Amino acid sequence: MNRRDFIRIGATSAAGVAFLGGLPTKWYGLDADVLADPGTGGDRVVPTFCELCFWKCGVLAHVRDGRVTKITGNPKHPLSRGRICPRGAGGTGLLYDPDRLQKPLVRVGQRGQQTFEEVSWETALDEVAERFERIRQRHGASALALFYHGYGGNWMKHLFKAYGSPNIAAPSYAQCRGPRDVGFELTFGHPVGSPENTDMAHSRCLVLLGYHLGENMHNTQVQDFAAAIRSGADLIVVDPRFSVAASKARTWLPIKPGTDLALLLAWMNVIISEGRHDRDYVERYTYGFEQLREHVQSFTPEWAYARTGIEPHVIRDTARRMAAARPATLVHPGRHVTWYGNDTQRTRAIAMLNALLGSWGRRGGFYMPASMEIPKYTSPGYLPPERKAADRPQASDYPLGDNVLAQGLCDASITGLRDYDLKGWMVYGSNLPTTLPDPRKTYKAIQELDFLVSVDVLPSEICGWSDVVLPEATYLERCDELHAPGFREPFVAVRQEVVPPLYDSKPGWWIARELGTRLGLTAFFPWKDSMEYAKDRLHAAGHACDVLQRDGVIQGEQQPIYFEEGVAPEFWTDSGRIELYSNELAQHGFDPMPTWHDDELEEPPAGYYRLLFGRAPTHTFGRTTNNRLLSEVYKENEVWVNPSVARRWGLANGERVHLQNQDGVRSEFSAPVRVTSRIRPDAVFLVHGYGRNAMKLRFAYGRGIDTTGLITRYKVDPIMGGTGMNVNFVTFVKAALVSGEAAS
Amino acid sequence: METTTTRANPLIDPQLHIWHGEVALYLFLGGLAAGIMIITGAMRLRDRNAAWSSHLALLSWCAPLLLSLGMFFLWLDLENPFNALRFYATFSWHSPMSWGAWILLLVFPVSILFAWTQTRRSASGRLARFDAWAREREAPLAAWNVAGGVALGLYTGILLASLAARPLWNSALLGPLFLVSGASTGAAFLLLFRLRDDERLALGRLDLFLVAIEIVVVGLWLASLASGGRESRAAVALFLGGPYTVSFWTLVFAVGLATPLAAEWLERRHGVVPGRVAPVLVLIGGLALRWILVSAGQSTGWAIDVALH
Amino acid sequence: MSRRSRYVMVIDARTCVGCSGCVIACRTENNVAPGHSRDWIFTETAGSFPKLRMTIRSERCNHCKNAACVRACPTGASWYGPGGSVQVNADKCTGCKACIAGCPYDARFVDPRTGTVDKCTFCMHRIDRGMPTTACQDTCPTQSIHFGDLNDAASEVSKLLATREWYTLRPEAGTQPMVYYLK
Repeated sequence: MNRRDFIRIGATSAAGVAFLGGLPTKWYGLDADVLADPGTGGDRVVPTFCELCFWKCGVLAHVRDGRVTKITGNPKHPLSRGRICPRGAGGTGLLYDPDRLQKPLVRVGQRGQQTFEEVSWETALDEVAERFERIRQRHGASALALFYHGYGGNWMKHLFKAYGSPNIAAPSYAQCRGPRDVGFELTFGHPVGSPENTDMAHSRCLVLLGYHLGENMHNTQVQDFAAAIRSGADLIVVDPRFSVAASKARTWLPIKPGTDLALLLAWMNVIISEGRHDRDYVERYTYGFEQLREHVQSFTPEWAYARTGIEPHVIRDTARRMAAARPATLVHPGRHVTWYGNDTQRTRAIAMLNALLGSWGRRGGFYMPASMEIPKYTSPGYLPPERKAADRPQASDYPLGDNVLAQGLCDASITGLRDYDLKGWMVYGSNLPTTLPDPRKTYKAIQELDFLVSVDVLPSEICGWSDVVLPEATYLERCDELHAPGFREPFVAVRQEVVPPLYDSKPGWWIARELGTRLGLTAFFPWKDSMEYAKDRLHAAGHACDVLQRDGVIQGEQQPIYFEEGVAPEFWTDSGRIELYSNELAQHGFDPMPTWHDDELEEPPAGYYRLLFGRAPTHTFGRTTNNRLLSEVYKENEVWVNPSVARRWGLANGERVHLQNQDGVRSEFSAPVRVTSRIRPDAVFLVHGYGRNAMKLRFAYGRGIDTTGLITRYKVDPIMGGTGMNVNFVTFVKAALVSGEAAS
Repeated sequence: METTTTRANPLIDPQLHIWHGEVALYLFLGGLAAGIMIITGAMRLRDRNAAWSSHLALLSWCAPLLLSLGMFFLWLDLENPFNALRFYATFSWHSPMSWGAWILLLVFPVSILFAWTQTRRSASGRLARFDAWAREREAPLAAWNVAGGVALGLYTGILLASLAARPLWNSALLGPLFLVSGASTGAAFLLLFRLRDDERLALGRLDLFLVAIEIVVVGLWLASLASGGRESRAAVALFLGGPYTVSFWTLVFAVGLATPLAAEWLERRHGVVPGRVAPVLVLIGGLALRWILVSAGQSTGWAIDVALH
Repeated sequence: MSRRSRYVMVIDARTCVGCSGCVIACRTENNVAPGHSRDWIFTETAGSFPKLRMTIRSERCNHCKNAACVRACPTGASWYGPGGSVQVNADKCTGCKACIAGCPYDARFVDPRTGTVDKCTFCMHRIDRGMPTTACQDTCPTQSIHFGDLNDAASEVSKLLATREWYTLRPEAGTQPMVYYLK
């Protein structure tokens, strides 16, 4: 080889390399290192409020070429403060869900077979009105019941009240928040309400009992929770599961499920016996302190240890820390509290503990909500219904339950269980088979009905069992009632149509008005549309509607919200004071002060584990599990199993199992096991809302396990009728074995 | 340590699987072409006047042909193949793949010109002038053929080795390993064809030598991983009890290295003209090595637990 | 104005509850391919019942100062954009996936709609337009995500890093990640 040749070729290519390296792609005219714009900025931004859960955060819907591209928080809205949770951001996943109900449907096959024929609105509404009238003529208007959940339900409520039915129930009462509000009313004379009047952002000590903030994404609550963490609040979390909140806590108390009341009594014992309560506050505002002091004497930390499994020194230490931070100590009332049937007494114990710490009406405890006065729309008064609601076996049952019980209406639809039978249902946005405990009973009730109409956005299970299905427009396609809740600052917010309804869906107000017209209730629907209705109310309050429509919200003037700011301490109880001792409860034969009854808590049978359920941050029960945008993050639920249990059953992480409960009911679908130290060995945990069996929910169908189906037992709270649902026990059936059975 | 993630990106989760058989075939064919270039170029440099059998001369054309086939597989692997010319719109000195793209561009003319000079033909007219031009440069072309082959062979390994995120690949020995393996498959490939006995004997001797070297390099590579950090040890464990143990030790080691080594050594000892069994095994082993490495490497990564030590 | 920016993200793992708000906001803001995530929630739990510790993080491309992806990219499609952020120019991307293989964080993926590589851009289309926040930061209910200029001593991110204990992910990979996590 010739050395000169080698050098020559080498030099040429080296020059080539240098040439290419030195001249980037600009030289080719190909250089365009621009920042790509995904093009989701709106040409129009419409403020409205969210309906992915029921917190009603103010959002901004960005619309581009007639399509909602993204949803962000409305900075002017006090509930969102410009920030929203994943569900709110995933609202387009609902709007553009390919499985949405598109046209009114009339059943053609048998109930529950999910076979329908599309009809016009005219036909559907005529059919509903005719069936309602037939029931009214034969059994009276009270034979009709309305189940509702969601803000659009207000229109249906109005319709039913005008029609003369007393049977109007939201499962959010007896299946969720009811006991808490009754417990607080019995103590302070005020419910906690929604949004809760907790002043978490300023708490110096925060106590959560089973309240899994962060997995439960009520936006403002989570924002305040983060603020409390940031400011270094002393966080104490009581939960059988190492929840996200527990992971942020200074102390996690992995309590034995069902024994929270024992812990609360022991905390009161420590605080009172060590004289750490707010003496001045207790003296000034409470009633029955001496009785309470005597009552809790025997509930020592040692006594509670035997029940809760929480060591006495931990109970003492946490109680002292709560007392040290008072009155900025918040023992949070929680939200979903229907656990063990003693829920009113348990939440009342929470209220009393707060009273001892002097936190009600105080900064860092509970603020006194302020709200904007918006006069009601003037329409004819409702006539009193002919009969009382059919929800209780006897009128004297659940004496302090001040709302209609949803499970009671279901019972009343099974012939002969009540004074009178319910014959027809309207179900608005509430998927009863995954909402009411013991769905076997729900299906039995449905089978006995003369008529069932559902109003929904998605083809949920209840739609599959309906005679007529009315497709409602989503919250982004409709205007609803104004929202002016009690909150830290008074405000009123509007929900307005961002884009016109897709397909042949119609807003709830329109459906209610059309039905009202057909039922001879025209006088109750004098407005042209809901925006006119809202405008009327606003004008009566002296506000301009265009400002509200532009900003989505109008803020009222800041008012004092703490006693120390001058709010008058008023307690709407019998004694006019905070009732540590309740004569009202005593009169009805209940414990005047919460008491622990050892015989009330059932232990899991051998080989069974207590079924606990809760939330995933991306989901609002089953309402969002078909939302592709949200479900891509949590496609199915998992069965949380402690490693020791997994070892015992030979369960591997990710292995699919069915769950079977103490009554032999087995989950229809399976879910993967998640082997995790984050759950106690005596319980399993699942996120609620999965295991859907409505076939038209093409994404959610068959994913995970439906918890409600396994809740065949529940313990009714004797005080207000709430259904305690954490009283079921399950065992594992490996999915491999189940499919083997099917094959043989 | 319990970990969870909400990420479930296709091709990425739960374990990286972006590259499949196409890439393994490309690396195999690239290495094979490199081997042919190195061997034919070196043979010509060693004896400039040796008369090759017509088959051997023709086989030098296999380098550009096999390389083209390999590049076709690479092109198939591209998710956005219509942008393929972008490889030649820039040179990114820090990217081995960019080096590779340009090396390919260099290797093609060199290997074609070299193959041209090795093939007998009667040329006329302008082609005759070109023929004369090329033949005058036979020696530098042979040298460049070797150099291009070495660059190409090394590159197929360095391409993977430069990806520090994948501990199994991230070894300085991967380039030499792929080079020697490519050379060995090159020799084995040539042995598949009807050559003169002296050529067969020379190639057989060469292959024996290369397989022996490759065994040493594989050993060094595994040993360096096994004595490395946590990530490297986890990577090599794939072959030492992990999911790739059986395939690696049977296909790569037993079939591709140990058996041919024994066979070629016996052939040599007994003076037998090498047959086709050992070469076939070497080729199987060479493909398996790349296939398994591409696949296994993607299942290795950096440890994720960082906050809670 | 000759001072050069160094964009970083500081994420407070103490307050992050892992709600995925950032994940969904990113998907809609950036029109991310369905089923793909530019950011995600990672949790790690140590210990055994009942002595447990858990960390929750919102993770994404680390916009490394010494980015393995930019080095691996043969066509210049991966480049250092404004403030040192790492960007992908889809027009130059062949989908060879060398960058994906090179990323120690597995932060990249192929957008099946275009065949080109996609990942977090630090919402540079917003920042470039003068908006102060990324979409994930904008929505984060716990205000755990902070974005800003590390070369500006007065910026929130600079102050947070100066006052709080922090770590980065896999620093041993030598990539010099620009997403910081507060303990």
